[in-house]
Amino acid sequence: MSVAVARRSGSYMPAVAGLGSLLVFFLVMEALVQSGMVSRFIVPPPSEILGSFGRLFVEEHVVSRFEQTIVECLTAGVMLTVFGIAGGVLMQRYTLLQRACETWVAALASAPVALMYPLFLVIFGRNSWTIIMMAFVSALPPVILKTIEGISGTRRVLVNVGRSFNLTPSQQFWKILFPAALPTIFVGVRLGLIFALINVVGVEFLINYGGLGQLINDLSERYDLAGTYAAICFVILVSVLFFMTLEKIERWLRPVD
Amino acid sequence: MAETGRLRATAPSAPMIGPVTLLRAAIILGVLAIWEFLSHSGWLYRDVVPSLVAIGRALLELLSHGDYYFNLGVTAAEVGFALLIGGGAGVIVGIIIGANRFLARAYEPYLYYLGPTPKIIFFPVMIMYFGVGPESKVALGVLSCFFPVALSTAAGMRGIDRILIRVGESFRANSWQMVTKIYLPAMRHPIINGVRLGLGVALIGVLLAETKLSNKGIGFLIIQAYSIFDMPRMYAMLIVLFVLAIGANALVGRLGGLHTIRRT
Repeated sequence: MSVAVARRSGSYMPAVAGLGSLLVFFLVMEALVQSGMVSRFIVPPPSEILGSFGRLFVEEHVVSRFEQTIVECLTAGVMLTVFGIAGGVLMQRYTLLQRACETWVAALASAPVALMYPLFLVIFGRNSWTIIMMAFVSALPPVILKTIEGISGTRRVLVNVGRSFNLTPSQQFWKILFPAALPTIFVGVRLGLIFALINVVGVEFLINYGGLGQLINDLSERYDLAGTYAAICFVILVSVLFFMTLEKIERWLRPVD
Repeated sequence: MAETGRLRATAPSAPMIGPVTLLRAAIILGVLAIWEFLSHSGWLYRDVVPSLVAIGRALLELLSHGDYYFNLGVTAAEVGFALLIGGGAGVIVGIIIGANRFLARAYEPYLYYLGPTPKIIFFPVMIMYFGVGPESKVALGVLSCFFPVALSTAAGMRGIDRILIRVGESFRANSWQMVTKIYLPAMRHPIINGVRLGLGVALIGVLLAETKLSNKGIGFLIIQAYSIFDMPRMYAMLIVLFVLAIGANALVGRLGGLHTIRRT
């Protein structure tokens, strides 16, 4: 019991050290800026950044901007889940198609697709669809690749069980292959959603349209440094919470051995 | 010998062009045909889908101009510096964090969660620190590629075979010798993997920063083509850029011997 308690209390030490050093960093920065050793026109004091958070909510309507960003991200997420899984299933079903196209999909994953945003601006105009489609195209490859991996990796014994019950191909897919591949598929969807969020915020910032990305662009163009830093911190916070939630869902879906 | 003979005997019966190649060619031709049809159909705004001839002409024009190579050189230098600084810092931090469990548990979660955040939002801050020149683009590239390299190196460090470390210790290797003779060679694959990921994100970071605020580089050329609505030129630049990026990625993987991992 005492060992468990000690172990448990010991496990908090690294987290405390991590948080503590972050706190020390902010205090040192505050001292440096207040003493004039670091220009406040380049780095605002952390206390000022902290004070700007309220302003973000009252004056900059950060909640509605957050909603817009999340809606764009989730719309791209739904699209890439539907098309990515369908594409992966299709490629896994037809081996020739998989052998012909899997390398292309992998290559697309390593290509700087985000650079296509001016092209999407021309095609869709300066609106949410440019942002959604950019996020969709950039985030599609991991969903397709992980769907192929998940279905191909279904245990032989499960497939044989389906065969012994004389399941139709459709039943075999919905009752055996898809549930077995779901944890791996969700890894792809999680990666896709992360890419989608990165692209949504990035494109919002670049084309100065939409939610949180535009807020950062707006504030920096107004030279509201404390506000810019606060908005960046807010986006980081939102991203981290988003990733943590996705990880929790993934852990929940993973089978217990 | 007998095995070799059998292989030789079966080789000529294989078809000249396999079904995979045929399907690939069919897909490419199909896409090109649909593209050409769309460009002439008038269904889309004029020049949104330019004809293949116009794109080909723009591609030739682009590749025959010295100006393009100058801008390519600027972007390549920015990405190179970003990879050197960010990758180097990532390897050092990765080794330190990977070697110490306490440090890993204290700081790795920050690296892990900050890694996938959109880095382009730091660009206004980088402009404040480093100005509007290439330095701010390099800084954004450094920030982008630091995280994947650090995380990959830390994971690689933890995966080093204990026997190798004991061999180094039994030879009384000092810290520098341990790093250069044991850690780095043993972590070659994870580091190269990290560098590959780092190269991709550094390239994206630098190019996006160039499209936002710059007067040279490929990102600048792309946004310039957009602002004067020169679509064939924009498509041509994107094609060249995609080929170069995918090629560079494959080259880094090949130089690092990633293609041999499964066989060894």
